[in-house]
Amino acid sequence: MTRRVVGPFNRVEGDLEVMLDVEGGHVAAAFVNSPLYRGFEQILEGKTPLDALVFVPRICGICSVAQSAAAARALADAAGIAPPRNGRLAANLTLAVENLADHLTHFYLFFMPDFAAAEYAGASWYAEVSAQFRAQSGKAQTEALAARARFMQAMGLLAGKWPHTLAVQPGGTTRPLTESEIFRLRRIVREFRAFLEARLFAASLETIAGLDGQTALERWRKQARAGDLRLFLQLADRLDLWSLGQSGARFLSVGAYDEGGGAFLFAPGVWHAGTVLPFAPHQVSEDVSCARYVGGKAQRPAEERTVPRYDKPGAYSWCKAPRLDGEICETGALARQLVDGQPLVSDLVACRGAGVGARVLARLLEFARVVPALERWLDACDPDGPWCMPAPLAENCLGVGFVEAARGALGHWLTVRHGLIGGYQIIAPTTWNFSPRDADGQPGALERALVGLPVPEQGTIPAVVHHVVRSFDPCMVCTVH
Amino acid sequence: MKLIWLQSGGCGGCTLSWLGYAHGPLLEVLAEAGIELVWHPSLSAASGDEALALIEAYASGARSFDILCVEGALLRGPWLDQLPSGNFHCFGGGKPMLDWVLRLAMRARHVVAIGSCAAFGGITAAGGNPTDAAGLQHDGEIGGGVLGPYFRDAVGLPVVNVSGCPPHPDWITETLAMLAQGRLTADGLDEFGRPRFFADRLVHHGCPRNEYYEFKAGAEHPGEQGCLMENLGCKGTQAHADCNLRLWNGEGSCLRGGFPCIRCTEPEFEEPGHPFNTTPKVAGIPIGLPADMPKAWFVALAALSKSATPPRVKENATAERLRRAPSVKRSKK
Ligand code: SF4
Ligand code: SF4
Repeated sequence: MTRRVVGPFNRVEGDLEVMLDVEGGHVAAAFVNSPLYRGFEQILEGKTPLDALVFVPRICGICSVAQSAAAARALADAAGIAPPRNGRLAANLTLAVENLADHLTHFYLFFMPDFAAAEYAGASWYAEVSAQFRAQSGKAQTEALAARARFMQAMGLLAGKWPHTLAVQPGGTTRPLTESEIFRLRRIVREFRAFLEARLFAASLETIAGLDGQTALERWRKQARAGDLRLFLQLADRLDLWSLGQSGARFLSVGAYDEGGGAFLFAPGVWHAGTVLPFAPHQVSEDVSCARYVGGKAQRPAEERTVPRYDKPGAYSWCKAPRLDGEICETGALARQLVDGQPLVSDLVACRGAGVGARVLARLLEFARVVPALERWLDACDPDGPWCMPAPLAENCLGVGFVEAARGALGHWLTVRHGLIGGYQIIAPTTWNFSPRDADGQPGALERALVGLPVPEQGTIPAVVHHVVRSFDPCMVCTVH
Repeated sequence: MKLIWLQSGGCGGCTLSWLGYAHGPLLEVLAEAGIELVWHPSLSAASGDEALALIEAYASGARSFDILCVEGALLRGPWLDQLPSGNFHCFGGGKPMLDWVLRLAMRARHVVAIGSCAAFGGITAAGGNPTDAAGLQHDGEIGGGVLGPYFRDAVGLPVVNVSGCPPHPDWITETLAMLAQGRLTADGLDEFGRPRFFADRLVHHGCPRNEYYEFKAGAEHPGEQGCLMENLGCKGTQAHADCNLRLWNGEGSCLRGGFPCIRCTEPEFEEPGHPFNTTPKVAGIPIGLPADMPKAWFVALAALSKSATPPRVKENATAERLRRAPSVKRSKK
């Protein structure tokens, strides 16, 4: 057996290293290491509760609004309030713009450039794919960056600036919109839709969202002449990305985009082998047996404290190991679409597995499902109605906030003692996905997804490893905060 | 000029902000300015061993490069045997990022701190500073940091601090272009090493809430239209940056977004000594004075302007939308 260290991984958000135990040309065991610790949970202790809105977005530059939104929900929960309708719509709009921009960054900047790797140079599709997706010079990359910059102008109107806004508050938004600003936002969304329909899908969003299974997808694909989705599907078949990198974990979604009255655009739940069970927050715990922190077996987030210990024996990551009723979970767009019962994703997973292909396809599908919701939310805003309400906190209280970030389930657990933050715990999507082993030696989702991949005992690490790792769209800065 | 970009103890938000550059395709703009990205963690193809070999070649001097950009604070902790180990952040097989940065900084022609973390320690140094975070050449307001107060680059410049949490994409792009073209001199930097083209302005300049400020008509709750200085913690009159002149993401800024300026371009902004969204006052008067304003005058003017506040301004200040429009005057009777 040979141990290989793969890293630093670039084109992921933050720092990542993977240790692979290779035996007979295949990965026998994998260990995921998050090599950066910053200590936000420690920093937050003793601060005024509302100051969390300044600190938590700065955990992560790529999902800063998701962090804000989770903190705002935890504070609203602690105050026992819910924002007015406009405030709820503004939070959905702001979060959706960030999530979609992240999906775009992931596909064009982080994931696809690996197919321009030298090892594929002989493939029939290589010339076309590398011309579009080669890092820093591909045509698709350049166009996607321009579309992203234009789309992010929505943040100027919705959130003042991005990243790191203070617009998302427990009581709503600090940024009431006027009729003329809503008009401009519609224009921005319209241009983004045009980019997706021309470049990514070469089809209308409604056509893509309406594909209700593999048969429909195949039928559509036969007549498709252009578009990056078509190229991706071709690669997924040629390289069998469908069965590659399956984690076999449960799929967790905490419910995305609050539609009011307890409803979500994408429902919450836990998907396991074709059935969906309700998500029970009290079942969440974190284990630090193999993480560089004082402590060991699983604890409820509200009862945890974060005390770093670099040289803890047996520990190999700054990432903690979250578990749901003791089980490992995978979270992200694929989990959201599976839990929500989206027909194409459900059918694909049932027939071809929940691997790299399904993860990426679920993300692309969210463009087609979320952009129309953006348009609907903009229409529903009422410039004359209230946008923000007060959220006074008691001296001692507890709050929990859940949000679906681009990469999946994000939870914040807040304890207020004597008017100050007594405890603050965060479980980010990649903490679930890139979890280290727990007290029972149970590996995390990526650690399982890497097992069995063909890797030589020496020489270049094959591109499949990169495909599997990046298919999760890891965000390491969130993972360890 | 060849540019290497490293991400140290930060959130990656500076890069993400930069990618929102809106005056043309970023990579083309850089190429036009004569800048070649030899390695950037979010943009480069090279990963793993290939990336490490590349960076090692530059760090050892086997290959030469020009600009080192560092994003994120330098984490000196945990301390082992009374020495800073840097082990809170390792990069490439257990080597502290701190070591990579020090080695590369000695080889670079220019060293640029991207964002307030790399410049001063920033948000990573907040609270009890659990990782012992510092900037490249500043530890908060104090000169020093990990490179020491006497560090100068090949042309005699200190570390160039493109501060901000995050910095505006233009600040980064224009600073790099000026460096590449030899147009950034020591005179172009202020006393905290910040390029003066953006740091010689105050956030207050061009704020749409200026009329409310004039009459000390303050918003009382988030979302209201009044000035945020009186009650909600705005530091725009003291923060060096052109955020309301050069707008963010099209037409935004913190103030346009309805929330206070927390002076994110200044050292130690992360520990203001009071809750961020409230204005500390003594006897009803905000203690943070506007830059260059004598206290007695400020107090006198504030009292006077408060008594002269037009009803329109007063009423709109605490409303989420315009309640009273400016009156229309006709010049012809
Ligand atoms: S809100 Fe801040 S920046 Fe705007 S006018 Fe008031 S003090 Fe100046
Ligand atoms: S307005 Fe103030 S807090 Fe906002 S980006 Fe500018 S300097 Fe930073």
